[in-house]
Amino acid sequence: MQVSYKQPDEQGYYGEFGGAYIPEMLYRNVEELRENYLKIIADPAFQKEYQLLLTDYAGRPTPLYYAARLSEKYGTNVYLKREDLCHTGAHKVNNTIGQILVAERLGKKRIIAETGAGQHGVATATVCALKGLECIVYMGEKDIERQAPNVARMKMLGATVIPAKSGSKTLKDATNEAIRDWINNPNDTFYIIGSVVGPHPYPDMVARFQSVISKEIRTQLAEKIGTELPRAVIACVGGGSNAAGTFYHFLDEPSVGIYAVEAAGCGIDTHMSAAATQLGKPGILHGSKSFLMQTPDGQVEEPYSISAGLDYPGIGPMHANLFVTGRGTFLNATDQEALDAAFELAKLEGIIPALESAHALAALNKVSFAKDDHIVVCLSGRGDKDMETYMNVMGAKR
Amino acid sequence: MSRLKELFAKKGKNVLNVYCTAGFPQVNSTLPVMEALQENGADIIELGMPYSDPLADGAVIQNSSTIALQGGMTLSLLFEQLKPMRNHIHIPVVLMGYMNPVLQYGFEKFCADAAAAGVDGLILPDLPPFEFETTYKAIVDRYGLSFIFLVTPETSEERVRKLDALSSGFLYAVSSSSTTGNEKDFSAVEQYLERLQHYGLNNPVLVGFGIKDQDTFSRACKYANGAIIGSAYIKALDGQTDLAAATRHFIKNVLG
Repeated sequence: MQVSYKQPDEQGYYGEFGGAYIPEMLYRNVEELRENYLKIIADPAFQKEYQLLLTDYAGRPTPLYYAARLSEKYGTNVYLKREDLCHTGAHKVNNTIGQILVAERLGKKRIIAETGAGQHGVATATVCALKGLECIVYMGEKDIERQAPNVARMKMLGATVIPAKSGSKTLKDATNEAIRDWINNPNDTFYIIGSVVGPHPYPDMVARFQSVISKEIRTQLAEKIGTELPRAVIACVGGGSNAAGTFYHFLDEPSVGIYAVEAAGCGIDTHMSAAATQLGKPGILHGSKSFLMQTPDGQVEEPYSISAGLDYPGIGPMHANLFVTGRGTFLNATDQEALDAAFELAKLEGIIPALESAHALAALNKVSFAKDDHIVVCLSGRGDKDMETYMNVMGAKR
Repeated sequence: MSRLKELFAKKGKNVLNVYCTAGFPQVNSTLPVMEALQENGADIIELGMPYSDPLADGAVIQNSSTIALQGGMTLSLLFEQLKPMRNHIHIPVVLMGYMNPVLQYGFEKFCADAAAAGVDGLILPDLPPFEFETTYKAIVDRYGLSFIFLVTPETSEERVRKLDALSSGFLYAVSSSSTTGNEKDFSAVEQYLERLQHYGLNNPVLVGFGIKDQDTFSRACKYANGAIIGSAYIKALDGQTDLAAATRHFIKNVLG
């Protein structure tokens, strides 16, 4: 029985999605986490350390910024949740701070992670440096090439970056390699997953750590407009961690519209896309049942998006449930629409967004809101890492 | 009596189960490889259904799967290839693979086609016992297929007993908590297998992962009913044109 859109049932299911489809070799580690994560998170000492790090280290609360010129352009009230101002440049650090504290309390000495754009890898390397723990990041060979600055950041932070050379050499393959590492190192290793994917309890744990985003939005909106509830919240979805955090405390508020924006790549019908709910079918990847882009024979398809952080063939099980139940509205934006939105934000508001977040901004062109509506868009990360892409666009225009 | 039951009733020790990937090294080599395995003394064939993202397997088996998929292997083609299987193959055959392709094919249709082809059992490492019990067991039973669970050195006694109770045919003991093809210290493995022996389980136990030659095979067989060889055989097939000769040579090396 579905009690809430926020949390899965005891077996880790959001409706029909989720679960823990893992080989026995991972059982003990996942079970250890499942048995302990809620207790650890609820512990006052944990909460004290977590909140202190969020405040003094990550720079929370992040501002909720009323974007006046953007609002004027779209004829509604647009607020940007400035996760781009977090330490390390994106929301990812909310989760890695939480998970490193869990890892520490489980007595783990060696941290592994997967990364796509490198943001989660950087956020993991950062907290490992903070705690003096060994850090190994798996990253697709192709992503290592296209995200060189983040690779350098991870290395400077003391992490070992291992290229994933199998399959499409992107995020999905980096995740496979990280899971294999975990199977081979069952005793001392903790796997910090970067999104609301993976076997139960990962989707729930990551969503809880990211839920600080919507918790702050409620408080900040109340201060600004006298009500905690906006008309709608909008976020981009690859695996869906910033979206899970942005939606979390609004999911059980029926008056709030939930808008998830997937990466359409070159377009939904071009075979160069990453819009898992539009192109996928229910399937199993990386330990949970969700929407998955796959061939009719059940082989996982290689996604495409200009944004490495959205270049994933699946979507978190929480989002799959929002999609099938209709609680969430799933939109998508092409590479070009995201680029246009990024340049528009830079010119109108003086903020250069990450390409991932630009997909969320592109939704403002796709849904019309009333003049007195209040809309919150999650600006999940900043655009520094994407400057090469942006420079290429500007070069082409000249 | 099922082929697996019959085998273990007849031969309780030194059972040799060899893994091969369907459609590897060539898309049409599935049956020839199985025939070569039977001819040279394999007792069971574990036939891998290639998948793009095989989490529980190492690089060697993933690579063989990629080659098979590039060659056009699909579940439909595999069942087509297996139609005449029982004209030549008399030893037990178990299918090993991952849940996603099976779900897309349709779990019940998959079981029906497997049973019709004369397959004896299934190994689906990413199908956990909870989902198996609540959703899939009844279907597997309906088609008379065995279902084989994995246990590892980290699996508690209570859980080993539960997995044993849910398994039929045999229990698959992973020799180290690792993806296939990794070599680890064998003495820790022996302790673990001894522990399994003392449980007095319902099913025969076959040891997998890390078995590659006569030494590792005979050491594994000391504490179990037999062993499973995977990566080492796939490596032996790689680049070979005479698959029968490569298989003969490989199995001779294992059985002595």
